[in-house]
Amino acid sequence: MTMSERRDWMGVLARSQPQRLADLLGPLPAHEMLRNPEIGAVMVRGRAGAAGAPFNLGEMTVTRCSLQLQGGLVGHAYVQGRDKSHAIRAAIVDALMQGPQSATTREAILAPLQQDQSAHRAATRAKAAATKVEFFTMVRGED
Amino acid sequence: MDMQPISGGFADAPRQSALAFRAIIDVMSRPGKLATLQGATPPASLSVAAGTVILTLADANTGIYLAGDLDSPALRQWIAFHTGAPITTADCADLAIGTWADLHPLDRYRTGTVEYPDRAATLIVELGETPAPNASLTGPGIKDRIAAFVPGARPTSFPLGLDLILTAGAQVSALPRSTQVEFA
Amino acid sequence: MYVAVKGGERAIENAHAWLAEERRGDPAVPELSTAQIREQMTLAVNRVMAEGSLYDPDLAALAIKQARGDLIEAIFLIRAYRTTLPRLMASTPVDTAAMAVTRRISATFKDAPGGQILGPTFDYTHRLLDFALLAEGEVPPAPTALTGPAQDMPHILSFLDRDGLIEEATPSDEPPPDLTRAPLELPADRALRLQALTRGDEGFVLGLAYSTQRGYGRNHAFVGELRIGTCPVEVDIPELGFSVEIGDIELTECETVNQFTGSKTQPPQFTRGYGLTFGQTERKAISMALVDRALRWRELGEDFTGAPAQDEEFVLSHCDNIQATGFLEHIKLPHYVDFQAELELIRSVRAAAFASREAAE
Repeated sequence: MTMSERRDWMGVLARSQPQRLADLLGPLPAHEMLRNPEIGAVMVRGRAGAAGAPFNLGEMTVTRCSLQLQGGLVGHAYVQGRDKSHAIRAAIVDALMQGPQSATTREAILAPLQQDQSAHRAATRAKAAATKVEFFTMVRGED
Repeated sequence: MDMQPISGGFADAPRQSALAFRAIIDVMSRPGKLATLQGATPPASLSVAAGTVILTLADANTGIYLAGDLDSPALRQWIAFHTGAPITTADCADLAIGTWADLHPLDRYRTGTVEYPDRAATLIVELGETPAPNASLTGPGIKDRIAAFVPGARPTSFPLGLDLILTAGAQVSALPRSTQVEFA
Repeated sequence: MYVAVKGGERAIENAHAWLAEERRGDPAVPELSTAQIREQMTLAVNRVMAEGSLYDPDLAALAIKQARGDLIEAIFLIRAYRTTLPRLMASTPVDTAAMAVTRRISATFKDAPGGQILGPTFDYTHRLLDFALLAEGEVPPAPTALTGPAQDMPHILSFLDRDGLIEEATPSDEPPPDLTRAPLELPADRALRLQALTRGDEGFVLGLAYSTQRGYGRNHAFVGELRIGTCPVEVDIPELGFSVEIGDIELTECETVNQFTGSKTQPPQFTRGYGLTFGQTERKAISMALVDRALRWRELGEDFTGAPAQDEEFVLSHCDNIQATGFLEHIKLPHYVDFQAELELIRSVRAAAFASREAAE
């Protein structure tokens, strides 16, 4: 497991639809909370002129959770919104992905979530593309 | 990179932090009074009371300075996981933690400004054990006077100055900047 | 002066009960769900998120329902709620160049790389009431077009940047000041002004922006680029030692190109105004960019002409609608003692005036 792989799957889990993740994961494996799910805010920052000095844009809600599976694997989750069970499930999958079940977890849970998300992005892109302006210059009447 | 499980935080954060906050307010308003402060199990170098103060008062906007030998990777990780507080240098600290000797020199810490006296550091002084009273305190929150242990002189020119939280094991007392100290 | 008076409890309770009944309206009409508000009153939800300064569409929808559609009241509810949340951390600045755009237009370059994408806009509608919506609002799916793989959409102004025709946006990683944590101190730097403007009242910021167009602090703005879309939000996680994306948020960004003749310190070149807001809120983002540019007169070495939009104290002290409505609306609450004093005063002044008139006669 590399850091960038873990970054990627944590991002996929954070973006997942809570109900979809719940359906894919099924019953929760036994776990112990290291940090109970907690709802808080993240201050989102932008940059002046898109590339200049940072400024505070406003907050967003986030729920985080840290837990340990039987056997010692530790999972963390930071997910947008206020859904505590979503954060617990994301942390469980994060833990599973670090252990011997990573291949099956990837296939059964992460791959379908990734598919959902890329399908959603592609659908939005296709609608945006349909509203792209194709400029043409009208012929001027000279004579 | 992965980290070992980190424990020792509040098991029931809303309740425990409210109780601890009440105890800290109480000793701050009644200088010289002792109270028990529990709930945290910090890494061994830090007392239970000091750990509980950190869990209660620190968040991602609270700069913490760890003085002397206290500064260790284990304690930094513990503070980062449970509070998100950044570790800073002494001159920008909101909370500074250490033994009285390690916290010196005291002129490094912010004592607030006239417009914003609250922009001052609070020192958490680790005493090891609660020593016998060596001073007599007077001022707000004290009826007549009270005998208490004071680790030494601290810079105060009210309303500016440093507030002290004294910790020993699970015991806590406080010496706000408004208290006058006469050493015996 | 305020005095505590008792005796209103029952009246207040009953007023609350009636308020709840009025909110529900005619029980013969089906109740509105927050999901319906979130999905079908999206632009109201977006405004509440932008000015409430909290990105959470479910909460904004709830606030709108509870406030009976009064958006400033809804923003008030969101502002009150956000103070109860622990601030866990700040994000790394969002990279709007990596935005998945649903709309992206430029008024300055027709052939901008990446093209002009209209997105779901009101711009070319005829503003005629659509009576078909009285009956039902079901619509066929929007048309789609084939696309290549997703790619970053470079900012249009970066093409001017390359030729030195526009001032550079100097990157920095200075932690910005935060209005929500420290009292406003003037002069404010640009970061603080942008934070105040992005959560400022849409109507107020729009009015100020319009005033610059009509000549009060004129700065000749063109919309260099307006883009709307989603951006990932990334935070550094201390316990992990790396950053992760915690979700996507919708943003509107407006970059203006403004005329600038040059000053003692700056060569003649275009200057920039910047607007960035939560959600699809383009009127607000454009207004923000115009006011941002007007407030930059000092750093660009321009003259202060006395225009309201140039006056930082005026703009920043008055753009927050929660501050404004709080102070404005409090004057309807009991001021019996104040007014009693005023009454006594006017009576005694009148008595003295009549007495001296009689004496003169």
